[in-house]
Amino acid sequence: MYENKRLGLLYISPYIIGLLVFTAFPFLSSLIISFTDYDLINPPEYIGLDNYRYMMDDDTFYQSMGVTFAYVFLTIPLKLAFALFIAFVLNFKLRGIKFFRTAYYIPSILGSSVAIAVLWRAIFSLDGLLNSFLSVFGIEAISWLGEPVFAMFSVTLLRVWQFGSAMVIFLAALQSVPQSQYEAAMIDGASKWQMFTKITVPLITPVIFFNFIMQTTQAFQEFTAPYVITGGGPAKSTYLFSLYIYETAFKYFDLGYGSALAWVLFVAVAIFTAISFKSSKYWVFYSGDKGGK
Amino acid sequence: MNKVFPNKAALSADLKNNPTLRAEIRKQRVGASIRYIILLFFGLVMLYPLFWMFSAAFKPNHEIFSSLSLWPKEFSLDGFINGWNTGTEYTFGRFFLNTLYYVVPKVILTVISSVIVAYGFARFDIPFKKFWFVTLVATILLPTSVLLIPQYLMFREMGMLDSYLPLYLPMAFATQGFFVFMLIQFLRGLPTDMEEAAQIDGCNSYQLLWYIVVPMLKPAIISVALFQFMWSVNDFLGPLIYISSVEKYPIALALKLSIDVTEGTQWNEILAMASIAIVPSIVVFLIAQNYFVEGISSGGVKG
Repeated sequence: MYENKRLGLLYISPYIIGLLVFTAFPFLSSLIISFTDYDLINPPEYIGLDNYRYMMDDDTFYQSMGVTFAYVFLTIPLKLAFALFIAFVLNFKLRGIKFFRTAYYIPSILGSSVAIAVLWRAIFSLDGLLNSFLSVFGIEAISWLGEPVFAMFSVTLLRVWQFGSAMVIFLAALQSVPQSQYEAAMIDGASKWQMFTKITVPLITPVIFFNFIMQTTQAFQEFTAPYVITGGGPAKSTYLFSLYIYETAFKYFDLGYGSALAWVLFVAVAIFTAISFKSSKYWVFYSGDKGGK
Repeated sequence: MNKVFPNKAALSADLKNNPTLRAEIRKQRVGASIRYIILLFFGLVMLYPLFWMFSAAFKPNHEIFSSLSLWPKEFSLDGFINGWNTGTEYTFGRFFLNTLYYVVPKVILTVISSVIVAYGFARFDIPFKKFWFVTLVATILLPTSVLLIPQYLMFREMGMLDSYLPLYLPMAFATQGFFVFMLIQFLRGLPTDMEEAAQIDGCNSYQLLWYIVVPMLKPAIISVALFQFMWSVNDFLGPLIYISSVEKYPIALALKLSIDVTEGTQWNEILAMASIAIVPSIVVFLIAQNYFVEGISSGGVKG
């Protein structure tokens, strides 16, 4: 709107400085560090591709990568489907909508805190809340955090529990679907389910896509929940990749290998995101007028 | 009511004689009940753990897992008293204050830098604007773990380890692209005629920003502040990497410490402190929930 180019540059200069100093420089440095052997005490030593070669034989690397993808593929569909389902139920002129919206949203405000991770441990530990609940029905105590499959389930559930923010975005999208579309379909004799799959879902695909991208980028970086609840165990079954990077770099002080791991995660996420964006051409429907969200 | 249905008697007569209309209304009522049942059921399942945590904090340790009731049989404040004193030489209050020492500057710096940058993006013609904007979106999608190690080395070089500076200093440079993006979206939706009028009256761009844009941006600014507050209070990895001495621990680290130290045996203490830890977030959320909902649905949000 304003012509003065230099003034505009001045306004965004904090961002440019921050981008260079706190993002671009560290980003490239970590690539360089990944070609070194560095333990914080001795000066970094250039070792070429050794870190990456080592990675190819590193069982923990494969385990951790596999667990991370499993975590993402488990949580995201569950979380989004549930968020959409509740948003769909809420999207009617019911009394008390605001109350329910609040109740469902609270977990996503608190969910990533240590306090809730601690609560999760109290719920899923062997003598925890869930087992006392199950014992009422005569079900024997299950070692939720001691069995690989159940441990993954417990950690996953914490993320699904935080579906509120995705739900609020879905709800806003559902409310912007024009009523006339449904009325027209009703006259044509469409069933509720048909209206949902043929009208609602296509119209909100941009929002589904948005939620999908935001949720996956975060899920790939999940740290607090597995670190506090299971510590990555048992048998590294919840040893998400960010835990592996953290422990390599800040527990074992192998900063070179940690950087190499971080770069591999970055490339994996970048490829995943690129594929998502490419695929969006085929299933995300943008209406001609960009009136929506 | 009567204004809407001037002829209530006729309407009910109509209803009596019209079975399809009656069936339709019944169907809608059943539909509404089903919705309420679903909402109530999931709402209870979701919030029960939170209520249980609050009630467990008031129970003696032996009662916590032996009953599912939300009402303590034996009311006890031991969890709060012992928990507050912590196993360290500091009280939990100290850890609370520590948290504020970096959360408050973080929020303030984020708001100031993000507003200035968003204003630049939304209202000025900037060389390579598209490029800068693409980098902004890219930083939102960039996994932060790839920056962690070099950033740590940088702050170590600058002698800032074991201080709160690494946690909030980057915020002075609008490094959380998400907030800038949200504000840009909001600014683009605002009409510019007020600004144009003020410009004709001789306002320069700083005056425009301060007197016209900031007041109009207020709801979005509050959203940014609230989200940054919540995320910063919840942040665990940042303090874990940078804060090493117990006297500087924020809540997140103190809770982790207490669960490690007690090996998860003194549940009443741990759950009491966990309850206290989430109270500020809940209070802030309940007071300002409309800003959250609007902030999310205009910019879209993680969480």
